[in-house]
Amino acid sequence: MAVVTLKDVRKVYAGGVEAVKGVSIDIPDGGFCVLVGPSGCGKSTLLRMVAGLETISSGEVAIGDRVVNDIEPAERDIAMVFQNYALYPHMSVYDNIAYGLRNRKTPKDEIDRRVQEAARILAIEPFLQRKPRALSGGQRQRVAMGRAIVRKPQVFLFDEPLSNLDAKLRVQMRVEIKKLQRALGVTSIYVTHDQVEAMTLSDKLVVMSGGQVEQVGTPTEVYRRPETRFVATFIGSPPMNILPGVVETDGRVSVGGQSLAAADMATDLKPGLAVDVGIRPEEAEIAAPGVAGCAFAIDFVEELGATELLHGTIGEGAFVLQVPTGSVPNGTKQVALTIAPNCVHVFDRETGKRLSRRPAEASKAA
Amino acid sequence: MVERRTWFSTFLPHFILIMGVLIVAFPVYVAFVGSSWDAGTIANGTMPLYPGKFLVENYSRALLAGNATAREPVGPMLLNSFIMAIIIAVGKIAISIISAYAVVYFRFPLRQSAFWLIFITLMLPVEVRIYPTYKIVADLGMLDTYAGLAVPLIASATATLLFRQFFMTIPDELVEASKIDGAGPMKFFVDTVLPLSITTIAALFVIQFIYGWNQYLWPLLITTRENMQTIVIGIKKMLVTQDALTEWQLAMATAVLAMLPPVLVVLLMQKLFVRGLVETEK
Repeated sequence: MAVVTLKDVRKVYAGGVEAVKGVSIDIPDGGFCVLVGPSGCGKSTLLRMVAGLETISSGEVAIGDRVVNDIEPAERDIAMVFQNYALYPHMSVYDNIAYGLRNRKTPKDEIDRRVQEAARILAIEPFLQRKPRALSGGQRQRVAMGRAIVRKPQVFLFDEPLSNLDAKLRVQMRVEIKKLQRALGVTSIYVTHDQVEAMTLSDKLVVMSGGQVEQVGTPTEVYRRPETRFVATFIGSPPMNILPGVVETDGRVSVGGQSLAAADMATDLKPGLAVDVGIRPEEAEIAAPGVAGCAFAIDFVEELGATELLHGTIGEGAFVLQVPTGSVPNGTKQVALTIAPNCVHVFDRETGKRLSRRPAEASKAA
Repeated sequence: MVERRTWFSTFLPHFILIMGVLIVAFPVYVAFVGSSWDAGTIANGTMPLYPGKFLVENYSRALLAGNATAREPVGPMLLNSFIMAIIIAVGKIAISIISAYAVVYFRFPLRQSAFWLIFITLMLPVEVRIYPTYKIVADLGMLDTYAGLAVPLIASATATLLFRQFFMTIPDELVEASKIDGAGPMKFFVDTVLPLSITTIAALFVIQFIYGWNQYLWPLLITTRENMQTIVIGIKKMLVTQDALTEWQLAMATAVLAMLPPVLVVLLMQKLFVRGLVETEK
């Protein structure tokens, strides 16, 4: 078990392309850190640098108190689970799991004990003598996990391990990975592009975009207080609505002709400044009769079962509202919405940064 | 696809197949029949299309005693051919699998140039470079040796290319998983690449064995001693005679015998061979 520290890590490829532009993250001992971002944001490259599969152009990666920049992958005391499992097709499940231990000259009875134990934890005992091709996707996934845990490494690295599974299995494996990580208490870094996976698994969520870290925090922090417009629209499903707004006085902002109180908006903004206002689909509420609110024109309705998504516009901006099914009578064309002041997020239109009342550093510590 | 069977759709494919089989198999059958009659019957041009009664005699003479013109029994020639073909097939596979491994998995200066150099030797078959090759082999004192017979034919761009293409289909993650599992380049080669290549190796072995077995020009050039002759040359020598009657029945028996080892290799390796040619799943 170990702390993992990334200090200003950069990756520049031979062609001059900068895939990772100076990332610093501290992952506490036993922490579950998820790197999330759209494809091409550098999250996999970063993980592969921790694994030792990519060279580090500059900066420092430390596992425990050891800088591992120039240490071979096998010596880093890590285990990795790959997206396509990367099982050795010609070896039985048992040999797949035992291979890493055999290469480390572990005594035979010790190997057997550990493989059996891993197989028991992952419920793959009946398949130990089979070849990977005789297994289903979920079972192969378990074998890949077994290969990782049998080594008792200091760090687990997961590279989109669930993307090749079908939706139902993905949810199930997600829970199992979380349980397993809790039980073993091994520091883990997990790469995914799926923001639901990221939210549910992490204690430390790192949102990346374009080779840079957009925000680091607990899932709740990131969800409640997105630091940038990118994070706001990336985390949460359906994504946060972004509407054009204009700053008024007294911490209020005007959206679609309606004045809204914004609890966290910076107080030193010039009235009349054009900003982007973010409102989560699930946080706007339909106003009680007689109460004034934003005029929301409904275009169409998407049924999701328990909830429904109302697509429409507020002023000129597209807006999606998520409400419990049946909240709005069929055929309603217009409703008024009220939005709680702490659910109004204000972003700089140019830089996309949150215009926050508290300084960014203070909010990170909170 | 739903297929409605008609008289026509049943008959036509069979007709085509039977024609194909006849065209391929009939000459072989004639050779077999020829090897079972005596010289006189064949020389008269009255050889029937059914086997005669000199089968055992012809084959035992061909195998053990040799005939009037070649004077060398077929047995040792078969052995020579077999040794040469085995050295060529094994050598080609050994060298090309290693060079393909180097080209695919290692980053070294001039890697691409090395690969293209190997590749363009495809344009220089033995026949084209036969004089310099002969000179080298002669200078090294390898005339009339198995080494001289086989070594110049071992270098193989085709096999290198095939292995390279196969290695490129092995997912990169397997290499990375091996690295993390603590397997170095040699261990990865032995533990993962070789077992995965086994069908490709089998397919290449069959192809290269037959290639080596059928060599004519090169063995003709560099072997002069009778006891180093290969079977293909032996057959040729039996046919061209100055003043004696060509012993066709022995030539035919030799030809049939010469066909057997390649056939055996194909039969023994058939399963792996076919899988090696069609397999896509890794």
